Amino acid sequence: MAFRRTAPRLPRRRTPVVMIVSVVLLGFVGFCAAAWEVVVPHALDQDIYLGVVGGGVEGHPFGTDQLGRDILQLSLAGARSALVGPIVVAVGSMVIGVLLGMVAGYRGGIVDMLAGRYADLLLALPAVLLAIVVAGMVGRGYWVTVGVLIVLFSPSDVRLVRGAVIEQMPRPYIESARVLGIRPSRIMFRHIAPNIVPIVVANLLLNVAFALVALSSLSYLGLGVPPGAPDWGRQLADGRELLGDNPLAAVIPGILIIVTATAVNLLGDWLSETLDRRAVAA
Amino acid sequence: MNRPVLAFALRRLGATLLLLLALSLLVFALMYLSPGDVARNMLGTRNVTPEALAEIRARYHLDEPFLTQYWLWVSQAVTGDFGTSIRTGGPVGPLMLSRTGITAATAGLAFLLSALVGIPVGIVAAVRRGRPLDRLLVGVSVVGVSAPGFAVGLLLLYVFALGLGWFPIYGTGDGFLDGLWHLVLPAVALALGLGAFVVKLTRAAVVRELDQDYVTFARGRGLPESAVLRIVLRNAAIPIVTSLGLMVAYLFGGTVLIEVTFALPGLGALMEESVLFKDVPVVQALTLVVAFVVSVTALVVDLSYLLIDPRVRARTVRTRAVRG
Repeated sequence: MAFRRTAPRLPRRRTPVVMIVSVVLLGFVGFCAAAWEVVVPHALDQDIYLGVVGGGVEGHPFGTDQLGRDILQLSLAGARSALVGPIVVAVGSMVIGVLLGMVAGYRGGIVDMLAGRYADLLLALPAVLLAIVVAGMVGRGYWVTVGVLIVLFSPSDVRLVRGAVIEQMPRPYIESARVLGIRPSRIMFRHIAPNIVPIVVANLLLNVAFALVALSSLSYLGLGVPPGAPDWGRQLADGRELLGDNPLAAVIPGILIIVTATAVNLLGDWLSETLDRRAVAA
Repeated sequence: MNRPVLAFALRRLGATLLLLLALSLLVFALMYLSPGDVARNMLGTRNVTPEALAEIRARYHLDEPFLTQYWLWVSQAVTGDFGTSIRTGGPVGPLMLSRTGITAATAGLAFLLSALVGIPVGIVAAVRRGRPLDRLLVGVSVVGVSAPGFAVGLLLLYVFALGLGWFPIYGTGDGFLDGLWHLVLPAVALALGLGAFVVKLTRAAVVRELDQDYVTFARGRGLPESAVLRIVLRNAAIPIVTSLGLMVAYLFGGTVLIEVTFALPGLGALMEESVLFKDVPVVQALTLVVAFVVSVTALVVDLSYLLIDPRVRARTVRTRAVRG
């Protein structure tokens, strides 16, 4: 009895429905991000005579904001800054993480020590708080904020890659490669790299989700995109003032942030599990 | 306490002090991050007269070398004197103190909520591992981790304050009960992400213990499931409890956004106002205080690990970092 209740079930092989839904949703958000000018060409059109109206008005299913911009169209246009920045943050931090982490893990010594202290220093403060402070001091702007986030995200990627490399170090293939006299850089990037790809890819997706949350937080505080630009965090900040007149102005972008970040996170979790299973099977 | 343990404690203390020293240097360097002349930046949009510039230079010792400036600043900060706010013109220390209560109350409430809900949910998910209930709880916790506090806060405001009218919309309220009532929604919004994190962590810790050989053995000996679970939970408790301490860092990041959303005049809101105004002394002081609290919490957590768990005393302790 007790056994039946707690025995781990065999993992299912079929792709879960949630993942299909996530991929379709992200595909749609990605399409809007790439070409919102085609999907909603009038997203930025203002109608200050109309001003803010609630949902259900002719032509404005979710109403408008204080400038008379259509909430639905504006939200679809906001997909770009919600995806492009986070992807740049995640990729940038991954590149730093792989380069520094590989060398730190493979070589050890002073590089490892320096990379470790660098991580200690940046991880001693909450990333979002530090991003607020640094972005506020350096100056406001979307790409400045993206740059700040790359620097703040990189230490945990360095740690991750370093740990993964150190795990590979005692394996026989590395010793063989060394005995064959292969250059260290080639061992790192041709022999070790393929073995740590699964971890890095899954982490990349989790970082995209976290960066989406962080970037929209900063835009919400006015430290990201300029006023008037289509951005979900910015829309939430504007919508906060409109909760009485048109609550959908805040609710729609809020739901979009949550749903998009959740989809990316679910995909990352699922990918890391699937790749893990494959690694075990191989 | 034996010798190696004491040596480890001292080494850990030394490392924390060094970390704080490096952090304070970084925090002090913050004011040089803004492009342009520091003194001019500090005056903000006010009328810039040569006298005003000279006064600012003298007050902040801007003509001294960088390290001298740093030393003057940090030696005063240690005594609780963080200088003068550019925005209000008043001393920074009392300004921060007056804002601390509301942040401590919100963060404390959020911490309690996330621990009291997150730990039991995580245990249930671990025990029902692989079952529909587990999958549902894990799914919900992924949503919780993904949802930024301010978005959740606005949705909560919309549903529970505006729609249903159960909670007040903004502000702090009067008296203890009313004040607490005003803090419920902000605390829930802050607790959601943290609670989801606690669920993930607790589940992982309990699952790890359930996979141990001693569990199979205990079951094989015919111990009732409740007795097995009691042993498992005692072993899983250590990583859970110590990680809770490290979550203080996470709370500090979230509180800025939550306080802005709910118009609470706490430390987070002060940080937002000061960053937007480029009120450098206040930003420096707040960042330094957060760095201090987070590092000291991590130190206490590490040392308590040492006291709680005899196994840890035997081997070296690895510190873990929580990103918040």
